[in-house]
Amino acid sequence: MSTQVKPRIRIPATAAKGELIEIKTLMSHAMETGQRKDAAGKTIPRKIINKFTAAFNGKTFFEADWHPAISANPYQSFYFKAQESGEFTFTWKDDDGSVYTATSNLTVG
Amino acid sequence: MFTATQHKQTTSRRTVVIASAAAALAALLPRLSSADPAAVTAALKKLYGDKPMTEGHIKLDVPPIAENGLVVPLNVEVESPMSETDYVTTVHVFADGNPLPGVVSYHFQPGGKASAGTRVRLAQTQNVVCVAEMSNGQVYMAKANVKVTIGGCGG
Repeated sequence: MSTQVKPRIRIPATAAKGELIEIKTLMSHAMETGQRKDAAGKTIPRKIINKFTAAFNGKTFFEADWHPAISANPYQSFYFKAQESGEFTFTWKDDDGSVYTATSNLTVG
Repeated sequence: MFTATQHKQTTSRRTVVIASAAAALAALLPRLSSADPAAVTAALKKLYGDKPMTEGHIKLDVPPIAENGLVVPLNVEVESPMSETDYVTTVHVFADGNPLPGVVSYHFQPGGKASAGTRVRLAQTQNVVCVAEMSNGQVYMAKANVKVTIGGCGG
């Protein structure tokens, strides 16, 4: 199954200093578990995103290790305390070695 | 279906009907095999040895009844000041009725809030177990049962 991998992120563009912001990410990905069999009885090989990382100005502040029990089109929500303006980098690592990234800017004022 | 035909000679019609229904249901669920709470216990032991785990400090938010086991919302929140000296380092979530016990592991840094939400697959009705490790080495645990309505017939 071909998957068009496309990240979607919901995040405020501005925040007050010290404000706790919630970040929501959604990735389109089949998250094939490696447990299923195709019509011929052959096991479909595992292919999931196994690692999600969120960094701000290059400093990682949240990591998630995903296992096959994570649903298709993996969703992840988490929090960040805004202290200064900068750039978020979100990284998804696939079993096949692919790395998908997305960025977002935050202005603190 | 295979089960039903195999036993046709020796069993009553009712048994055949029940068996074929069960086989059909099993075919619908690709991940029904090897439900094993012991796997979770083993995974916890590997992580933390015989370290005592206290209940509490964790808010594990899962629905008591999930109609669709493929997409079950799961939110975890751990009480912590999240300061440089006292924060949550790691949170592990396990499911004791899935073919593989591991669900997700979170790694936090000081600052912010030790809270995260995702959506998970649960193969059947089972317990979701969550453990949180603090920066001082203390380990907390929480458990919740989720009833999974199989087949998505709306129950």
